[in-house]
Amino acid sequence: MTEITKREPTTIYIKPTTGLAALNLGDLWQYRELVVFMIWRDIKVRYKQTLLGASWAVIQPVMTMLVFTFLFGRVAKMPSDGIPYPIFSFAGLLPWGLFTTALNTASRSLTSNHNMISKSYFPRLVLPLASVLGGLVDFVIALVILIGMMIYYNITPSWSALWAVPVFIFLTIITALGVALWLSAINVQYRDVGYALPFITQFWLFITPVAYSSKVISDQWQLIYSINPMAGVVNGFRWALLNSGNSPDLSVAVSTGIALLVLVTGLVYFRNMERTFADTI
Amino acid sequence: MTIAIRVENISKKYKIGAAPGKFRYGMLRDQLAEIPRKLFRRSEGRVGVDYIWALKDVSFDLEEGRVLGIIGRNGAGKSTLLKVLSRVTEPTRGMISVRGRVGSLLEVGTGFHPELTGRDNIFMNGAILGMKRAEIAAKFDEIVEFSEVAQFIDTPVKRYSSGMYLRLAFAVAAHLEPEILVVDEVLAVGDAEFQRKCIGKMNDVANQGRTVLFVSHNMSAILRLTNESIVIQKGQLVKRAPSPEAVDYYLASGQAQAGERAWDADEVPAASAPFRPISLRVRDSRGAVADTFRSTEPITLEMEYRLDAPITGLRVGVYLSTVRGEYVFTSFDVDDAAQYEKFSTRQAGHYTSKCQIPADFLNEGRYILGVNASSFGVRRYFMDENALAFTIDPMGAPGMQWAEQRQGPVRPRLDWVIETVR
Repeated sequence: MTEITKREPTTIYIKPTTGLAALNLGDLWQYRELVVFMIWRDIKVRYKQTLLGASWAVIQPVMTMLVFTFLFGRVAKMPSDGIPYPIFSFAGLLPWGLFTTALNTASRSLTSNHNMISKSYFPRLVLPLASVLGGLVDFVIALVILIGMMIYYNITPSWSALWAVPVFIFLTIITALGVALWLSAINVQYRDVGYALPFITQFWLFITPVAYSSKVISDQWQLIYSINPMAGVVNGFRWALLNSGNSPDLSVAVSTGIALLVLVTGLVYFRNMERTFADTI
Repeated sequence: MTIAIRVENISKKYKIGAAPGKFRYGMLRDQLAEIPRKLFRRSEGRVGVDYIWALKDVSFDLEEGRVLGIIGRNGAGKSTLLKVLSRVTEPTRGMISVRGRVGSLLEVGTGFHPELTGRDNIFMNGAILGMKRAEIAAKFDEIVEFSEVAQFIDTPVKRYSSGMYLRLAFAVAAHLEPEILVVDEVLAVGDAEFQRKCIGKMNDVANQGRTVLFVSHNMSAILRLTNESIVIQKGQLVKRAPSPEAVDYYLASGQAQAGERAWDADEVPAASAPFRPISLRVRDSRGAVADTFRSTEPITLEMEYRLDAPITGLRVGVYLSTVRGEYVFTSFDVDDAAQYEKFSTRQAGHYTSKCQIPADFLNEGRYILGVNASSFGVRRYFMDENALAFTIDPMGAPGMQWAEQRQGPVRPRLDWVIETVR
């Protein structure tokens, strides 16, 4: 026997759980390696048996950018804060892409791994968490393209990008995770989520300043507008990387607050439903 | 001795329709439609919701290093108990304390991804089972060797045969080295050689002082591997005894009367339709239903069933085995080619299929009769491997002048001729 297995067994108590104590974040920490494995598995599998492989991570945002540039930039002539429209929209599409990928995969993470849930124990939170974090890889690939475009258009980011970009990525992750916790848990019982999801993301895109500048929203609506955390993220990205728009203000605080609220309620709801996942999935 | 598992009054309630095996999930629409009704009839909110207790007040202790058999009919609650023990689902009431890590072989191959290679899947699966990366790496070679798929280890598992897939999956689970191992019927799959390996592994685990819970429908495996067993019936623990006694109790429990096993409608799985078993009876030479027979008399086996729709190629038959698990024979009612032609399609209706075990055939001892109704290569409608048990009394059998136990399940009266060779 190896060294590793020589340990004093700990006693586990299995009983009906109640309340928030049952959230058991300590358990999640114990299973942190599983999170890494799940991310790694998702990435390895993602572009299997595709002709273009990982280039899809580039093709998707680039094609969307081209369509946006033609439709909104050329045809509709949307204002882009004086920045060339292609890079203006790409800087928005980047966090937006991270958000939708994370939201989509995480919302379906429980149902697509139903055999894991019905057969073995692990903190169920691992699944949506790993899905959300897995989206970061595509994001990094697309980020390289953005840097290339910034060189091409000769745009120098401000120094604040060093802290702002990670902060806004974090805000995106939190928002996606919070919403996905709700949706994935609902999806276990009601498969309606699968049908609602494309609609939700489409609608969400309209209320996020990806294709347009948030300046088109009049001042008295700005605060309400910032209830959508993704609006704060996209604005923040453009501000940090392209030096456009206003620096983050109260609206980012509102966005963060909302994102945290969704995350915490999502955790509570998820934990409540988690008890019966194996029975209902 | 330290207690490895203490189960105290465990109960598990399922809403009917949400019970495992019946795959069904609600529609949000239905729930929304319920809202107005709930508003007006708040006090009756629970009306119309049916629950079943898959487990009811089950309690037992198990000392470290023991092997406990769990037996019960399909749907008795064995799987639910294992699921609660391995924390897949929460109990509704009660508490279990478990000392150490529970590894369960009911999760064989969990998280296996068809696109990943065998190597990747070993790590993935190990992580799901709660192993650390270093731990998996340390045992990697051992796992690969045990699984016998070394040359395909870098091939995606979707290209594996089902046997290879299963061997790999079992190998990972078997090397988890948990303090408590839960084994559920996985041994039913795989070839004989592999089964032997699995049982060997299970014995190793037990010999290392670890605790094993073993669930099986194979009574011989229970008797071979466990000293003590519990019997679960309709969610309740009804018996805990040394395994031979528990097995006998279990076999006798399904019988409506000695020598007859009748199936209630709720015992027959929905998947059996249109075949509906009614009862299986054993009759002595005078035609009376009995549970003990003389070796010297013919025994009639009688299976009564209904077909709700015609079935083509149906064969209804029996397995006979000893309580030690050795098969004595398998026989179907259309084994005879002419008979098979005649009943190529059996119309809907009420039938009995009867046959006779000739006199002077079985040795003394206890036998188990199983039932199988299937269309070969098409579908198995119904199977109950442990439908009925009966005893053979050797009185009058050949060789009774010696008070000794005769080897083997059969005791035929053979025509010996003794000649002097000159």
